[in-house]
Amino acid sequence: MDIGIHNVTKRFGAFNALDNVDLEIKSGELVALLGPSGSGKTTLLRIIAGLEWPEAGHVLFDGEDALARSARERHVGFVFQHYALFRHMTVFENVAFGLRVRRRDKRLSEEELRARVERLLDLVQLQWLAERYPSQLSGGQRQRIALARALAIEPRVLLLDEPFGALDAKVRKELRRWLRNLHDDIHVTSVFVTHDQEEALEVADRVVVMDKGRIEQIGKPRDVYEHPATAFVHEFIGESIVIPVTVEHTVVLYEGKPIGIDAPDIADGAARLFVRPYDMGIVPPDRAALKGIVRYIHGLGSARRVEVALGGEKRPIEVDVPRRHELTADQEVGLVPYRYRIYAA
Amino acid sequence: MQPPATATVSRPFLGRSPSVVPGFGITLGVTLAWLALIVLIPLSSLFLKTATLSPEAFWAIITSRRALNAFKLSFGLSLVAAMINLVFGAIVAWALVRYDFRGRRLFDAIVDIPFALPTAVAGIALTTLFAEKGWLGSILAQVGIKVSFTPLGILVALVFIGLPFVVRTVQPVLIDLDVELEEVAATLGANRLQTLTRVILPMIAPALLTGFALAFARAVGEYGSVIFIAGNLPNVSEIAPLLIVIRLEEFRYADATALAVVMLVASFLILLTINRLQRWSEQRTGRL
Amino acid sequence: MAGIIGRSQRRRTEVVPEGASNVRQEPALVRWIIIAIVVVFLGVFLVLPLVTVFQQALAHGVMPYLEALVETDALAAIRLTLIVAAISVSLNLVFGVIAAWAIAKFDFFGKSVLITLIDLPFSVSPVISGLVFVLLFGAQGYFGAFLQEHDIQIIFALPGLVLATVLVTFPFIARELIPLMQEQGTQDEEAAISLGASGLQTFFRVTLPNVKWALLYGVLLCNARAMGEFGAVSVVSGHIRGETNTMPLYVEILYNEYQFVAAFAVASLLALLALVTLIAKALLERRAAAE
Repeated sequence: MDIGIHNVTKRFGAFNALDNVDLEIKSGELVALLGPSGSGKTTLLRIIAGLEWPEAGHVLFDGEDALARSARERHVGFVFQHYALFRHMTVFENVAFGLRVRRRDKRLSEEELRARVERLLDLVQLQWLAERYPSQLSGGQRQRIALARALAIEPRVLLLDEPFGALDAKVRKELRRWLRNLHDDIHVTSVFVTHDQEEALEVADRVVVMDKGRIEQIGKPRDVYEHPATAFVHEFIGESIVIPVTVEHTVVLYEGKPIGIDAPDIADGAARLFVRPYDMGIVPPDRAALKGIVRYIHGLGSARRVEVALGGEKRPIEVDVPRRHELTADQEVGLVPYRYRIYAA
Repeated sequence: MQPPATATVSRPFLGRSPSVVPGFGITLGVTLAWLALIVLIPLSSLFLKTATLSPEAFWAIITSRRALNAFKLSFGLSLVAAMINLVFGAIVAWALVRYDFRGRRLFDAIVDIPFALPTAVAGIALTTLFAEKGWLGSILAQVGIKVSFTPLGILVALVFIGLPFVVRTVQPVLIDLDVELEEVAATLGANRLQTLTRVILPMIAPALLTGFALAFARAVGEYGSVIFIAGNLPNVSEIAPLLIVIRLEEFRYADATALAVVMLVASFLILLTINRLQRWSEQRTGRL
Repeated sequence: MAGIIGRSQRRRTEVVPEGASNVRQEPALVRWIIIAIVVVFLGVFLVLPLVTVFQQALAHGVMPYLEALVETDALAAIRLTLIVAAISVSLNLVFGVIAAWAIAKFDFFGKSVLITLIDLPFSVSPVISGLVFVLLFGAQGYFGAFLQEHDIQIIFALPGLVLATVLVTFPFIARELIPLMQEQGTQDEEAAISLGASGLQTFFRVTLPNVKWALLYGVLLCNARAMGEFGAVSVVSGHIRGETNTMPLYVEILYNEYQFVAAFAVASLLALLALVTLIAKALLERRAAAE
C-alpha cells in the first residue's frame, strides 16, 4: 500500500512537533524515520496509525483519505517499544486478539483462526511458546510476539515505534537482521522509527532523516551517508569533523587565512566545514595551509585516531590515520581535507 | 580509629544477624506486649468464654431461629451492598480517573466521607433522608418504596459505608494502566467496548475483587449506621451485631460470645481472602 | 486504607482531551451518561446525607442550634469525647510508632503474622471490640470480681471507653507508617548511627522528619475515628448521662428521645470534624506530593 503524507503539521500546545511534512512511501518499502528525540518521528508514525491527528495536512492510503478513518478502521499493525502485550492472555491469545475482535461478518472459524495463529508463530519461530504468558518470555521473544500479533490482522502497513529500543545490544542486532529478513519474505509496507543511525542504515530501503519536526533528507542509506544534504544530516549520521570557517568570494578561510579549498555554492559569510575523520589527510606542516598540533594518539589497530588541536578551537578534532604514518605528541602537522562538504552556518 | 562509643549493635536474637539500627529488642518487645494486651488477650477471652459452652449448646445458640435470621440478614445484605458498590464503585473510579468534569476534584475528595464520618451521624442522617417525610423518602414513597425501618434501609446504609473501598482500590490501578495497551487494542481492530471487556477489565479484576471483599467485611460488622435506619425487628430487620448487643444487655454473655465467634471466624476468612487477592493482584498488574 | 501518602497518589492522570477522535475515549454520549450516573450516585449517597445533618440541625434556626450545644450534658459529652480521643490517639501514636519501627527497620521471623495482627481490629466488628472488654472487666467478666473488690471501675467508666477506642483505632497510625518506612529502608538510620548518633537521636532527627506527613495523616484518621467511634464504645459505656456518653452516644440518646434538632446539632459538630479531616487530608497529600 502506498502512503502519501502531504503538508502535515502537528502542534502540542506551543511546541511544533511536525512542520509541513511531505513524504511518499511506496508499497512494499521498508522505511526508517531517523532522528533525535523531539524530531517528530514518533508523532508522524502515530498520525499514520491514527493514534494522533494533525492540525493540517493529508494522509493518503492508496490515494484514499486515511484521516477520515479511526485507528480501528485503518488496518495498520502497530508495534510498541515496550511490546504492550496483554499480560493476562497467553501468547496464543495475544496473537489471536485481532482476529477475535473482528466484526461478526468478517470473523474466522475457530479452526481457521488456530491455523492462522500457528502459521504466524511459525513465522516468528516461537510456536513452542504458544501457551506461555508474556511474563515468562525474554525481551526479544516478546517483541517477536508483538510483531506476530500485528501481522495477524494482515495489515496494509506495519508501523514500529523504536521496536528494539528496550532490548540489549546483542539482541537488538539479532532482531534487526531478523526483521530485515522477515520483510524480504512478506513484503508488507513497513515504517519504523529509530534514533539509532546504525540500525536505520542497516535495515531500511530508504531513510528519512528528521529534526525538529522537519524532514532533513530522504534517500537510500548509502546516499544519506555519502551525500548528506544538510549539516544536521552530516553530523547525525556517521562521524564528522566540524570546523567553523568563513567564505569570501567562494574562498574558504580559517581564522582569516585561506586553507586551499573553495566553496562555489556558498554565499559570503560564516560557514561550517564538514569532513569525515578518514577523509582528513595529515601532511608535513609546510605542505598545508591548515595547521595543528598532535595532542593524543589512540588505538593500536590498523587505523589510529589522532586528536589534533586546531588553532582557536576549544576541543581537538579527531582524525583517522593509517598505522604506518608515524606521529608523536606535540608534533606540528598540516591538515588537508580530501573530501568535504561546506554548509552555510 | 575507635568506633563511636554510642553505636550499638543488637545481639544475635532469634537467629538473626545483628543489625546496625538499634532498638530491635525493645521495640519488638513493647509491640508484642501492647498487641497482647490490647488485641490478643481480649480476643482470646472471647474464645475462652465460648469454650465453656458444650458443643451442643454452642450449636443451639448459633442456629437458633433468631440468630440464623440475623446472620442471614447481615451476610446477605452485606453481600448485596458489596455488589452494588462493586458496580458503581468501578464506574465512579473510571469517571474520576478518565474524565474531566466540573467538580471532579470535589467528588474525588468526598468519596472518603464514609471513612471520616462517624457511623452514628451517618445513621441518623440516612434515616432522616429516607424517612417517609424525608427528601428522598417522600419521592420514593410516591413510587411505593419504603426505605427507612426496612431491610432496604439497611442496604442503603451498608452501601454508604462500603462505597469508598472499591473506588480507592481500583483508582491506583486505573491510573497506572498502560496507555499503550488500549492503543494497540484499537489498532488491532477492537472497538471501545471490546477493549474495555477484553483488556482493561481483566487487568483491574484483582483490584475490583479486593475492594469488594473489603466492602463486604466492613458491612458485615457495621453497627452504628445501621441501627437507626433498620427496624430492628427480630427475625426481620435485626442485624447480627445488634443481636450480640441485646444478648449482652440481657447478661447472656455466653450467647453473645458464641455469636461473636461466628462473626469473628467469618471476618478471618474474609481477611485471608483479601490477602490472597492482593498478592494475586500484584502478580497480574505488575509491569512487563 | 494504609500507605496513602508516599505511594501511588502521584497523579499521572490520563485526562482525555476533547477534540479529535481519540482511541482511548468513549463516545461523548456514553461519557456524559457515566458522569451523570456518578454525580447522581455520589450526590444521593454522600452529599445529601451530609447536607441533611446541617439542615436538620438548623431547622429551627441558629439559636436552638447553639443552645443544644451548650447544654450541660452536651458539654459533658464533648469534653468526654475530647479526653477519650486525646488519650487513645496519644497511646496509639506512641505504640504505633514503636510497632512501625520494629516491623519496618528489621527482618525477623513471623513478621507477616505480626502485620496481620495489627490489621486485625480493622476486620472485626466494633461491637465485638467492645464485647471483649465487657467479657474481661464486666461485673460477670473474668476480672469482674477482682475489680469490684478493689473498687476499680473499668466498664461503664472512662478506662473502658479508652480501651475500646484504643483497640478499634490502633491500626491507623501503624498502617500509615509501615509501608512508608519500609520503602524508605534503613539507609538513613545506618548513616546516622555510623556518625555516632544514639537510637533515640536517630529516631527524632532522621526517621521522624522522613515520615512526618504520613504520621500526621495517621494521627488525623486515628483521631477522626476515635472521636466518632460508636459501636465499641456503646457496648462498654453503660450510657450514663453526663458521665459515660461520648458525642456519638449522646447523639443516639437525643435521637431516640425525639430531640431531633439537638441530636443533629451535636452530630453537626462531628460532621464538621469529618470535613476538617478530609480537607486536612487533601492538603497533606498535596504537601507530600510536592516534596
